[in-house]
Amino acid sequence: MAFRQTPSQTVGPFFSFGLAPEQYGYAFRSIAGATLIDNGTPGSHIRVLGRVFDGEGQPMSDALIEIWQADAEGRYAHPADPRCSNTAFKGFGRTGTGTDFEKRFIFDTVMPGAVAGQAPHINVIVFARGMLNHLYTRLYFEDQAEANAHDPVLQSVQSERRGTLLARRDGATAPTTYRFDVRLQGEGETVFFDV
Amino acid sequence: MQDETFAPRDWTSHPPLNHPAYKSTLLRSPSKPLVPLRQTLSELSGPVYGHDTLGPLDADLTRNARKTSEPIGERIIVTGRVLDENGRPIRNTLLEIWQANASGRYIDAVDRHDAPLDPNFLGGGRCVTDADGRYRFTTIKPGAYPWGNHANAWRPAHIHFSLFGPSIATRLITQMYFPGDPLMPLDPIFQATPEGARDRLISAFSLDATESGFALGFAFDIVLRGRHSTPMET
Repeated sequence: MAFRQTPSQTVGPFFSFGLAPEQYGYAFRSIAGATLIDNGTPGSHIRVLGRVFDGEGQPMSDALIEIWQADAEGRYAHPADPRCSNTAFKGFGRTGTGTDFEKRFIFDTVMPGAVAGQAPHINVIVFARGMLNHLYTRLYFEDQAEANAHDPVLQSVQSERRGTLLARRDGATAPTTYRFDVRLQGEGETVFFDV
Repeated sequence: MQDETFAPRDWTSHPPLNHPAYKSTLLRSPSKPLVPLRQTLSELSGPVYGHDTLGPLDADLTRNARKTSEPIGERIIVTGRVLDENGRPIRNTLLEIWQANASGRYIDAVDRHDAPLDPNFLGGGRCVTDADGRYRFTTIKPGAYPWGNHANAWRPAHIHFSLFGPSIATRLITQMYFPGDPLMPLDPIFQATPEGARDRLISAFSLDATESGFALGFAFDIVLRGRHSTPMET
């Protein structure tokens, strides 16, 4: 390791026009957004939403959330996956919390399939002003109890903190919606991983 | 079946999550330690964005939002290589940048600094590295701007960089600073970085990258996490 890593710095408060321009109404194309699917995307279409809370329990309007997930068959659209997805499903989403009146992030995507010995999950990356490094967490689905019970990453987490990684069914109306709130600090602090 | 895992985030290079001099970290940093995670296919993969991602003017911020005339300010070239810790070039990886204009004002509606917007400048751009890991932007040198962290606080001029690299494990967002900026020693965001690593955030003036009669050049190489040489445990 002859070269040393470039240090991380905060995304700051003013990322909208650079990283999520279409969401925030700037005349610049976005590479990714909050909708990962179209009508033809195979799989069970779901909505994943939530808020990001600071250490005083205040929802944050300047967080940036990225998600990375497998398709409905559990395949990542990436060459490291030997079953590399051949659908149009890219599996990457990005959205800021600054355009929803409740400061939510709202992704429309598919229920990911199980990936090589793991329960269905969505990888979540959190960025914000005041965060000098991004944080990694994982979203699991509360109603996949059997698969969750055998997931090595979820089971490596202290049992009393595992609930912070579970997205819960939110309401009964379509689309099937899961709520996943992120708490950066304090009561119910989300588990973040040293990936 | 799977590729090699990535070396960990080097916490002697990255700033701490909680850095009290940067006040916003106080309520936005976890109180509990990060939980170790053995990398799986989920961490060894990540979004792939190639040259087909780009619009023709995406890497030229002096042109990609031009309406009537050139944006105001000092034209600069920012160029460098994206490498891993083993010095290998990271090819075909997306860089996204965003910045304030020459007067130190972001186009972001949240920015309330009383300095003029430039109708011909957005401040966002992107490009993809070539076979040598090289990238190149043409832009306007950003101005310093005040912020509310402490009395008479000013951010040194900087350009935000966002990179993916080969997987979500190599994801990086950072800021590039300019050589000799007197605000760097006073800036708690820059200073949050461990002392020995700060120089890696500062670009270097480059006569080689300077275009005669057109724009000054600044060189800024970026190093992402490299792969371990040992195979991943399964």
